[in-house]
Amino acid sequence: MKIFTALFSGILFGLGLSVAQMTDPLKVLSFLDITGNWDPSLALVMASALLINIPASMYILRQSKPVYGHKFHIPVYKLIDLKLVAGSVLFGIGWGLSGYCPGPIVTNIGAGSETVFWMFGSYAVGTILVVKLTDLLPRWRLARSIEGTV
Amino acid sequence: MENFTPISALAGGTMLGLATALLLWSNGRVAGISGIFSGLFVHGRSDWAWRAVFLIGLVIGGLIHQSMLPPEVTLDIDVVKPDVALLVVSGLLVGVGVTLGAGCTSGHGICGLSRFSPRSIVATILFMITAMLTVFIVAL
Repeated sequence: MKIFTALFSGILFGLGLSVAQMTDPLKVLSFLDITGNWDPSLALVMASALLINIPASMYILRQSKPVYGHKFHIPVYKLIDLKLVAGSVLFGIGWGLSGYCPGPIVTNIGAGSETVFWMFGSYAVGTILVVKLTDLLPRWRLARSIEGTV
Repeated sequence: MENFTPISALAGGTMLGLATALLLWSNGRVAGISGIFSGLFVHGRSDWAWRAVFLIGLVIGGLIHQSMLPPEVTLDIDVVKPDVALLVVSGLLVGVGVTLGAGCTSGHGICGLSRFSPRSIVATILFMITAMLTVFIVAL
């Protein structure tokens, strides 16, 4: 059952990104371009997602466990460390260069364009590099093991 | 602001909120795309099946949307002029950044903010500001 709910959630998420036009990098870039011809649409995407997810999370996390699972896997790592800061800054630069963040990179695979090929390939390489580096560093591994990954 | 599309933004955002709530309610999992993806490569984890299925779902969702569009509408998923070097640099920065920072627009920006997580608030402010600054500098 868990597999079906994961599939359905994934489909709905991919559909949501497409309907919101977050899969269009130019749309994303025009949201980030606050001093140019600014398009506030993506602020509304985030606001409406939060409007649903804030009360939903509050209600769901008051339950003792998820419907099909024995516990909630919520990050408990609390430290605001250099890794979080540096990672978020690097991600922001990468996002601003192309208008592509991970959700749209994966969702657009089906379109099979050259842009998606290069974006997905390099995104995967970057991810695997840090996962393997984390395996080598005890402190990073510890942070990950207490579910520091979102 | 003539390119403002509030209706599709609200409709899409609502679907993202519902998809995220569903995954937490049913599976007890955070719908952060970068975390779901990077978890596939962590040695010794046996929970790859739901991760792979969720990511395949994303692709199916994109294809369903594509199939619903009238044939004369072409999908805008490419940057105007695909510049391979720029795409590779961008993809590497995104991959390294979200994995180091343990989250992206969905994991920190939707899931983390919904729980008022201080780490996610800091991360979201940082990647929003640096992305806007990057766009500003590139446009100069």
